[in-house]
Amino acid sequence: MNGERAFRGTLIVAVLGVIFTLAAPSVFELFTIINLTTAIALAMLALSLALVWGYGGILCFGQTAFFGIGAYAYTIAAINFGGSTGAILVAILAAAAAAAILGYVVFYGRVSDVYLAVITLTVALILYSLIRRTSGPEYKIGNALLGGFNGVTSPPINVPWAPYTMLFPEHLFYVAMVALILAYIFCGWLVRTHFGRVCVSIRENELRAELIGYDTRLYKLGIFTIGAAVAGLAGVLFSNGIGRVTPDVFNLYNAALTIIWVIVGGRGTLIGPILGAFGLFYLTSSLGSQSVLNNNLVLGVILIVFVLGVPRGVVPTVTDWLDSRRSRKALRAKERRLRLRRSRAASAEPAE
Amino acid sequence: MDLVIALGLQILYGIANLALISLGLAIIFGMMRVINLAHGEFLMLGGYTVVVATNAGVNIWIAMLVLAPLVVGVIGVIVERLLIRWLYGRMVDTLLATWGLSLLFIGLVTTIFGASTATTISPPLGVIEIGQYSSSGYELFLILVTVALLLAVWATLKLTKLGLVARGTMQNAEMASALGVSTNQTYMITFGLGAAVSGLAGGLLAPITGVLPTIGAIYIAKAFITVISGGMAILAGTTSASILLGGVNGITAFLTGPTMGEVALLLVAIILLRLMPRGITGTWFRKSL
Repeated sequence: MNGERAFRGTLIVAVLGVIFTLAAPSVFELFTIINLTTAIALAMLALSLALVWGYGGILCFGQTAFFGIGAYAYTIAAINFGGSTGAILVAILAAAAAAAILGYVVFYGRVSDVYLAVITLTVALILYSLIRRTSGPEYKIGNALLGGFNGVTSPPINVPWAPYTMLFPEHLFYVAMVALILAYIFCGWLVRTHFGRVCVSIRENELRAELIGYDTRLYKLGIFTIGAAVAGLAGVLFSNGIGRVTPDVFNLYNAALTIIWVIVGGRGTLIGPILGAFGLFYLTSSLGSQSVLNNNLVLGVILIVFVLGVPRGVVPTVTDWLDSRRSRKALRAKERRLRLRRSRAASAEPAE
Repeated sequence: MDLVIALGLQILYGIANLALISLGLAIIFGMMRVINLAHGEFLMLGGYTVVVATNAGVNIWIAMLVLAPLVVGVIGVIVERLLIRWLYGRMVDTLLATWGLSLLFIGLVTTIFGASTATTISPPLGVIEIGQYSSSGYELFLILVTVALLLAVWATLKLTKLGLVARGTMQNAEMASALGVSTNQTYMITFGLGAAVSGLAGGLLAPITGVLPTIGAIYIAKAFITVISGGMAILAGTTSASILLGGVNGITAFLTGPTMGEVALLLVAIILLRLMPRGITGTWFRKSL
């Protein structure tokens, strides 16, 4: 697909997002809007993994580690600073820094993709068991108690430079939605820059990219760090949507969920995982209200079915199907025109 | 002196514990290059087997040492036939499919047994006195079982026909199949054996940790890091990585508390992987099992 045309697609999706943002508060109830804020945060986490895995080809099973680090860093910084503006920056930087350190170890150590998957997952799980243990009063950073498995209450985002003007839930929804749309446009732009194209070429054939002369380690580290920064921002939104941050952000269930969004939505697209996150958020919250089918059971079946049956995910499968239908239709139209011309020519001949 | 013995025993138990929970994963990974993300759930199923069997009146030793590996081994063979078999050579898909399997098992067990801890069973052996310190006899038993298990796996690989075939398949699957070995069957048996060892480990640990549908998550982080730090060689890898990581964890935990012990374990593993990306046995003991 032509790069210009594809970026136009990104902008069209962004415009649809803006329309949704403006329409949602007058369509949905406040409760739904508050829930949507959480879903938006998760969608942004999905977007970050779509970038790292779908375009960078880096199989990061522990994207939630950076998500959680972002959430914790925001909360702790906001408590200590007494305002959220600097804290958001701290959260993004903390997530990116953690990814840069971990990425340096794995990419410069030339750890292969499957090992990398397990290492990133392990980091998330170890963070989970570590933070769970920090329930005593001795575990605090500045004024913020870490609180063990009960977590920490997150101060809501305030208007910049006005620490006492907190945002109302519906305003928070706007902020989250704008952040998601901007992050989506940013990622859509990034994958079409020279840097993004090199990352895609590394995904396709690392050896060849290296032989052409690119330092693949550096590019992978770059996209991994940027993805983690996006995940960190998602963590900020999440702690705002929920109102607190607990070690559960690091647990196995959430790590699996993130992978499932990307698998279901489709690798190699940005909108697919976002839609996957919204769809599965809707599914799991409607499953939560009944007790016959367990959430884990349903997600496990979804994951297995997709890996075996629809390995490329919904969005690429649907677009391919539409494309092939369109081209079949175009082909049929062409044939019809040809036949028409031939029959005309045949009927014209005897007259001559 | 008593302190040294008690502490040494504690560290030794930490090492044995790591080796015990990792061995099943290491067998499957070393043989088939398949990282089984449902490993934690195999351990969990072993634990449930023991709890259900003892509640039904079966002797606890039979439940732990015979039933748990048998049940989980059979489950492993079924899983291999129905799921893993279709995904050989597609490592990433295998990872994802086994992760789906892990969620599926958690969901199934939660549906059947409920989300909370099932009836706990107490460790069957008493306390051992070392001077003024005391140690659990059951922990000592677990150390011995781990050593016996490692020896049994070594003997199976080194002395039996099955071990020979398995080692051949591991080194060069294509050549083995050209010589008339059914690699398909070898993989099935290997996966079943790996699952059985995991089930045994889960069953043995059930009296200490209790059982929960989500208990697998406690084990897998440590099992993964041990197997990856160890590298491809099943026995040498598991043993050396367990000694290194378990030792670091035990000593740091003794000096500063259990939280720092886990941090130290993770840090050592990450530094190790920066220096030896293919694990300990990727650099040293390359010819070992």
